[in-house]
Amino acid sequence: MSADPNKPSLFDKFKNTQFYRSIFRTGVPVVSHRQRMMVMLNSVFLHLHPVRLPKHAVKVRYTWCMGGLSFFIFLVLTVTGILLMFYYRPTIEYAYGDVMDLSQQVPLGIMREIHRWGAHLMVITVWLHMFRVFMTGSYKPPREFNWVVGVVLLVLTMLMSFTGYLLPWDQLAIWAITVGSNMAGATPFLGMNGPGSSLLSIGDVNFVTSVSDARFAMLGGRFVGGGALLRFYVLHCIGLPFIIMIFMIVHFWRVRKDGGISGPT
Amino acid sequence: MADIKPPVSNTLDTNSTSNPPGDMDRRSFIKWSLVGWGAFVAVIGGYGSMVGRFLFPNVLFEPVQTFRAGTPYEYEIGVSERFKEKYGVWIVREKEKIFALLAVCTHLGCTPNYLPADHKFKCPCHGSGFYTNGINFEGPAPRSLERLKITLADDGEIVVDKTIRFHYEKGEWSNQDSFIPV
Repeated sequence: MSADPNKPSLFDKFKNTQFYRSIFRTGVPVVSHRQRMMVMLNSVFLHLHPVRLPKHAVKVRYTWCMGGLSFFIFLVLTVTGILLMFYYRPTIEYAYGDVMDLSQQVPLGIMREIHRWGAHLMVITVWLHMFRVFMTGSYKPPREFNWVVGVVLLVLTMLMSFTGYLLPWDQLAIWAITVGSNMAGATPFLGMNGPGSSLLSIGDVNFVTSVSDARFAMLGGRFVGGGALLRFYVLHCIGLPFIIMIFMIVHFWRVRKDGGISGPT
Repeated sequence: MADIKPPVSNTLDTNSTSNPPGDMDRRSFIKWSLVGWGAFVAVIGGYGSMVGRFLFPNVLFEPVQTFRAGTPYEYEIGVSERFKEKYGVWIVREKEKIFALLAVCTHLGCTPNYLPADHKFKCPCHGSGFYTNGINFEGPAPRSLERLKITLADDGEIVVDKTIRFHYEKGEWSNQDSFIPV
């Protein structure tokens, strides 16, 4: 089976098929640095990673890899979350039982625990990422805009965590969201108990009441009930992930545009 | 190939100050831009407010906020938990009056428990404590429990209205509707 070095291997033949050339559009053989770069830039998936990295970018002691880990955990949460959606029904009748079934009856009951622990972990890694960026001064120009995007992503992460908290529909969930949503009632002008809410009225008719204020918009009711469960479910599974992905796209794009990951100066 | 003529340019004459017939001058461009953007903003604003209104339903399937609580003679001195489960309200009878306390902690909105042995309300969330008259005395609660509008119907039954609330710190507990004298 001694191979003739001039005879094209099976893989070389495969590289010349239309199928391969349709995916990797840079011609073969790839020899020059420019060609290697073009392979990356011509693929939507490969181009997500920079063509070249400074040596310090892979130094874990400097970056802690916390941003990368946050994104990785986000992907894990997306996959496990979609799987949980096959069983979970966001109604008062079924929610708690479905969560119990997910741990006890469904094969690989650990799926729900992975989602839960992953959520805790993502909050931790996002905070540590922010801490690292602060300690290395990576928020300074030209990266100051990306710091702001990062703060928005932090808030969105907390909102994902908050909305997901209600979904098991146990006592802890209901009362935690009761406490949390009462804060929305104290929104200036738009919250029933907030400062300035009484200014928005004509005569005796007050426009900011328990059925028209910010807290109501969040809960879909005057207290945490079926409406709140459904609203939080929709926000948790569709609304917030959609927004968070838009901001993540901007965040990653800006890292590249601001000169790559920051390093020691 | 030689038959093909270059496309005729009819607008890009930069030396001319007047516009070719049928073309738009700056003034009307700005005017129509304003009209266009105005319509755009109006449509987006209209749809936006419709979406906002969409989040506030016309009918709520929640327990009614007004309920009848029997006659005053059914209550002995002390705290009655008869309507705690269903309406989240304690009916409290003191020597000379009956009033309704809303079972919502003034700290962060949890439901306190009544501890008969200690003669107090105790919130399980952060430990706020209230006397049976509703005054806060321990824990983080910043103010006393709220009393509700309580009146006697024509047939002598107590009617509690949860939408009208009386705050102790605003001096509203002396209000006629905040208690029934007995």
